[in-house]
Amino acid sequence: MVKITIDGNVYEVDPKDNLLQTILSLGLDLPYFCWHPALGSVGSCRQCAVKKYSGEDDQKGRIVMACMEPVVDGMRISVNDPEVKDFRANIIELLMTNHPHDCPVCDEGGECHLQDVTLMSGHNYRQFDFNKRTHNNQYLGPFINHEMNRCIQCYRCVRFYREYAGGRDFNVFSSRNRVFFGRYEDGVLENEFSGNLAEVCPTGVFTDKTYKQHFTRKWDLTTAPSICHNCSLGCNIIAGERYGTIRRIASRYNGKVNGYFICDRGRFGYEYVNSDQRIREPLRRGQASGRLEPVDRETVFNYFKKIFDKKPRLLGIGSPKASLESNHALQMLVGKENFFAGVSAVEHQLTLKAIQILKEGPAEVPSLRETEKADTVLILGEDVTNTAPMLALSLRQASRQKPMELPIKMNVPTWHEMAVLELMQDERSPFFVLTPTETKLDDIATAVYRNAPDNIARLAHAVAHYIDSAAPEVENLSEEETELVKQIAENLLSSKQPLIVSGTSCLNESLLEAAANITRALKKRQKSPWIFLTVPEANSVGLALLDEKDLNQAIEKALSDSYDALIILENDLYRRIEEDKANKLFDAFEHVIVLHYLHNSTTDKANLVVPVGPFSESDGTLVNNEGRAQRFYQVFYPGDSVKESWRWLGQIITGHGLNGRSELSKLDDFIEALVRDFPELKAVKDLAPNADFRIAGQKIPRQSHRYSGRTSMNANVNVSEPKPPEDEDSPMSFTMEGYQGMPPSPFISRFWYPGWNSVQAVNKFQIEVGGALRGGDPGLRVFEPQTDSDAPYYTRIPEAFKPQKDQWFAIPVFHIFGSDELSIYTPGVAELAPKPYLLLNQKDAESFSGEKVNVLLDGKQIELTVKTSSSFPSGMVGIPFGLPEMKIFKFPNWVKISG
Amino acid sequence: MSDTLYYLLIIVGVLVVMLTIAALLIWYERRMLALWQDRYGPNRVGPFGLMQVMADMVKIFFKEDWIAPFADKWVFIFAPTIIVVAVLLGFAVVPFAPGIVVADMNIGLLYFLAMSSLGAYSILLGGISSNNKYSLLGSLRGAAQVISYEVFMGISLMGVVILSDSFSLVKIVEAQKNMWFVIPQFIGFVIFFIAGVAETHRAPFDLPEAESELVAGFHSEYSGMKFGMFFVGEYLGITLISAMIATFFFGGWLGPSFLPPVVWFFIKTFAFITLFILLRASLPRPRYDQLMSLGWKILLPLSLVNLLVTAAIKLAIGG
Amino acid sequence: MFSILRSLWLTFLHTFHKRFTIQYPEEKAKLPARWRGRIVLTRDPDGAERCVACYLCAAACPVDCISLQAAEDETGRRYPEFFRINFSRCIFCGFCEDACPTYAIQLTPDFELVEYDRQNLVYEKENLLISGPGKYHDYNFYRVAGYAVGGKGKGEAEREDPPIDIHDLKP
Repeated sequence: MVKITIDGNVYEVDPKDNLLQTILSLGLDLPYFCWHPALGSVGSCRQCAVKKYSGEDDQKGRIVMACMEPVVDGMRISVNDPEVKDFRANIIELLMTNHPHDCPVCDEGGECHLQDVTLMSGHNYRQFDFNKRTHNNQYLGPFINHEMNRCIQCYRCVRFYREYAGGRDFNVFSSRNRVFFGRYEDGVLENEFSGNLAEVCPTGVFTDKTYKQHFTRKWDLTTAPSICHNCSLGCNIIAGERYGTIRRIASRYNGKVNGYFICDRGRFGYEYVNSDQRIREPLRRGQASGRLEPVDRETVFNYFKKIFDKKPRLLGIGSPKASLESNHALQMLVGKENFFAGVSAVEHQLTLKAIQILKEGPAEVPSLRETEKADTVLILGEDVTNTAPMLALSLRQASRQKPMELPIKMNVPTWHEMAVLELMQDERSPFFVLTPTETKLDDIATAVYRNAPDNIARLAHAVAHYIDSAAPEVENLSEEETELVKQIAENLLSSKQPLIVSGTSCLNESLLEAAANITRALKKRQKSPWIFLTVPEANSVGLALLDEKDLNQAIEKALSDSYDALIILENDLYRRIEEDKANKLFDAFEHVIVLHYLHNSTTDKANLVVPVGPFSESDGTLVNNEGRAQRFYQVFYPGDSVKESWRWLGQIITGHGLNGRSELSKLDDFIEALVRDFPELKAVKDLAPNADFRIAGQKIPRQSHRYSGRTSMNANVNVSEPKPPEDEDSPMSFTMEGYQGMPPSPFISRFWYPGWNSVQAVNKFQIEVGGALRGGDPGLRVFEPQTDSDAPYYTRIPEAFKPQKDQWFAIPVFHIFGSDELSIYTPGVAELAPKPYLLLNQKDAESFSGEKVNVLLDGKQIELTVKTSSSFPSGMVGIPFGLPEMKIFKFPNWVKISG
Repeated sequence: MSDTLYYLLIIVGVLVVMLTIAALLIWYERRMLALWQDRYGPNRVGPFGLMQVMADMVKIFFKEDWIAPFADKWVFIFAPTIIVVAVLLGFAVVPFAPGIVVADMNIGLLYFLAMSSLGAYSILLGGISSNNKYSLLGSLRGAAQVISYEVFMGISLMGVVILSDSFSLVKIVEAQKNMWFVIPQFIGFVIFFIAGVAETHRAPFDLPEAESELVAGFHSEYSGMKFGMFFVGEYLGITLISAMIATFFFGGWLGPSFLPPVVWFFIKTFAFITLFILLRASLPRPRYDQLMSLGWKILLPLSLVNLLVTAAIKLAIGG
Repeated sequence: MFSILRSLWLTFLHTFHKRFTIQYPEEKAKLPARWRGRIVLTRDPDGAERCVACYLCAAACPVDCISLQAAEDETGRRYPEFFRINFSRCIFCGFCEDACPTYAIQLTPDFELVEYDRQNLVYEKENLLISGPGKYHDYNFYRVAGYAVGGKGKGEAEREDPPIDIHDLKP
């Protein structure tokens, strides 16, 4: 700690950050543009000028840029010196000379960092009387809108896109005041994190295009803290609603999980919530028509009453996309022995295996953001950009970790971005990508290895054996492979913080075992390795913790036992198992009850469809891939028909006296019941204060203090305003009434601070800029690895993959846009999703004549376009997973092709 | 028999006329205030807006008759009736014209003073029973004000009594055949007038209900016809005081014979009513301590001096 | 004492003054153009809707009686998909007019807004939109904003240079 003097006040600060970051951490206001806590300092905007005095006697001082200034003991500076204030006002005036007069039609208006800084700097009258330069805009795809006139040349976009996110199709062009930021030509931005440009850009050059379709100002959004449901990482998001539809998703800073950013699937894949496929009222299959017809709430309860008249046996199928509370409520309704996780056998086994490996240790499990600090990365089988996108962004930062040693050694501060880049040049951390398909991380990889999942597992086992010869040995490796094994192992051994990444997407258990073996071997060699495993869906881990029985067992049980009704929770079984199996299951039941928010093939089979809220209309808890439980909160009240799944189920349980122990009406009751039944999940109770929590006797409002139109938005229906809905499940209110100050971190529903309307206000919510949120980052692990365990090596080494003559080994190929069940409802995501194809090795493809081939799958012929890859392993086919046009979900599988 | 009928007729006549006048005064005051404020006042309902009175009556009768749940119910209900009854009883001794008087008592003047003091109970009880701090303050002010001004109100009239040798109002009027008492008793008239304004707690001495400080003072909690009773009581009070001024100092019904005596009486009375309204239109309300010091430090000594001087002159002349 | 009598006399003299009251509705008051009465939405000199749905009027409204939804036509021009004012809540403070960056929302000298049914005081866009420019005859927001809309491309607004050719390498 050192002492510095700012405007006569002495502060004790940590000298690790630059002066700007330190000033902001102290809670003082200093304008800035080009600096970003995640992107470092380049000193290009000249906005964060402060006056620095050389000693006690120095009265004159000199102007320096705070972001480029290291903090040294005894330094004396002034933020509010008139000369330096004048300097900042002049700079912003110059930056503003070409900024157009279009704030009223700009989506950034009202949450614009440029507006905030202009006001903060005191420039409020424009003297520039000459023509403005203009730019033509580019089409940048369905997600990002381009309005280049507004640019103030801070260079943040290009630094984020190219250096931070690794995009190559975006750059800066031209010179002097004509500088242009964009693509080489019109076209879709290729990077999966392009949506963050909307938040990184301090003004309205890059804005959220989906938000533009139904634009609302920030102050008019009803917002709630939420968790992204689109992959297993559990990134924190803020969902905003207006007039009953979700308008946008913004990233919610969490210093442990996603940091400042989220991926494009998370940001834009929300539109299913507004889809016309939404189920908004209870539906019952009519006796005569055979179609689903709208009914009222009472009918739902009467339906259950009729079933319950004769002590029924119910079969419940949960969902990895539904919350812990909902799954547990169904488990309580049907009984533990009749509850089954709604995922395929292989997927469930792999998830259970992953949990087992994480729990057993001895490898430590980093949080998502911590993975940035690994200095050697080994990826086993997982195309993380497409299965857990934000992990790819973190790993890209990890690739800078090893070369960062050089600047540290040369006393160059790590935040000094330009100097660091100069020193690093093209140096990268050791980074090994072992996957069957090409990945977007190949560009930073030290070595890539393309082969069948089994072969990757064999190689990984060999690495473990190389590190510790007690690990099982792998035979018959080629010379190149042996060389690669050696390279990987040596790098892992020489690293400070090795990280092994694997996951379930290859549907290969050996891969997970091999990953575990490597960490165990490293532990034996006195290393403290990290392991990070991805799982299929947002709550896969949570569901696996609740129940170990999968869908295949459910079908067996249903066919062998006599059941009266089948209850399916927020799940489309046709995406989990083969069609004929699913049909068989449905045929075995007289009553099929589905709780869902979207019409799909499963609701088509239902006799009763209960409308439930998706993430935006319900509260709940998810457990992410590292075992971190996180709470998401209802954004808005959708009316009286749509309820959370757990609330419906709770009412049925209480209505028939099934619980017999306690009341089940509020979220807290369900959490209580969950923790009672599963004591290992007790962290769920401590995630956030319960619904009785108040600040100064007040709730925490979901609406900003300047929420508008309250006496008008419903006036077309009835001029007398209705009573606002009340939230009994959380300490948050659905209105603007309540405590408008800074809430506890689990309830941050918007980043706003007086004078800071843009997302940059997040600085004020952090203890230290770039660090944890005040009161600690929300979310708690439900299990921690046992780091001192002496878990034995997995000994099963798979056979090497052998191509077969007349059949092909099919593996799923995941796509960030397209493989997910829900995000595809966003038109932009659907546009970017690939068309159905079949991935083949180039040589293999030559044996087929046409561009299209017929694939024989479960007795069905599907015609697919062939896509070839020179590196894709021979003897295998890759089938895009989850595309709505091709419903193939049986993996891994041997298929026949003809063509 | 015919005597009884005659008195009954007079009683009914006086009641009807007085209540009608009180009601019309509401309209009259609003029109006059408007006139002096360069407005029109109520001019839409009926000819000259006269039916405004009816409209107001209908309104006030149909208003919710609310009794504050925290009030002392029976006293609360009873209080407004006192002022109306007391003031109406005061009219019993008013000589409207020769022969038109309900009761020509030989202590008429004392009776009038007694009746006008009774009005204080109305304010006191109404304010206290409302159980509201504003009402309480209002009634405290009212009681203190009425009691203070009561003292020299009576003393100021003693000059009149000395001059006319009688407490009977008829005799007092008849004693003014040659000269209205306003000339010998000018100071007595001024004091009586000021005391009358205070007695009826009219502006500028409307401190018991000073709306800018006490919401509505002693009748804050009153609504509907109960409030209406206070209202009517106030206008009846104005009429009574005006009638008394006319009787004591301006020769009552006396006047040139081209108009009948009763008309002279009403003309004089209305002139003073108008003066009351003019006072309200032009003068600001004094502070409470100013009101009290005016009463005790100026008016009381002045009225005593007036009494002594009058008595002395009377002794000197009439011996 | 004298001042009391003087003020009584002065008040009395008002008996002979002219009365200020205007006998509405037989007589109508002459209202200034900037009177804050019924709210209208105006059009620009070219006859197109002025409102660009920026939400500033709604944000400025102290009684929150304005609500709208922004939409964009195929040329990029912003307009309100719906625009609703609940006049039964409006206090005619004129903040919306002050906040409006395009002179679209204006208050007019019409105060005669009386309905038997409160519901009829909810005005939609078709009730609010007039066919003229209101008090400000010449202003056209898109002429001065750097935003391209139908009929006006980049660099065609007032005080704008033509768009930069980014392939031009000249210094």
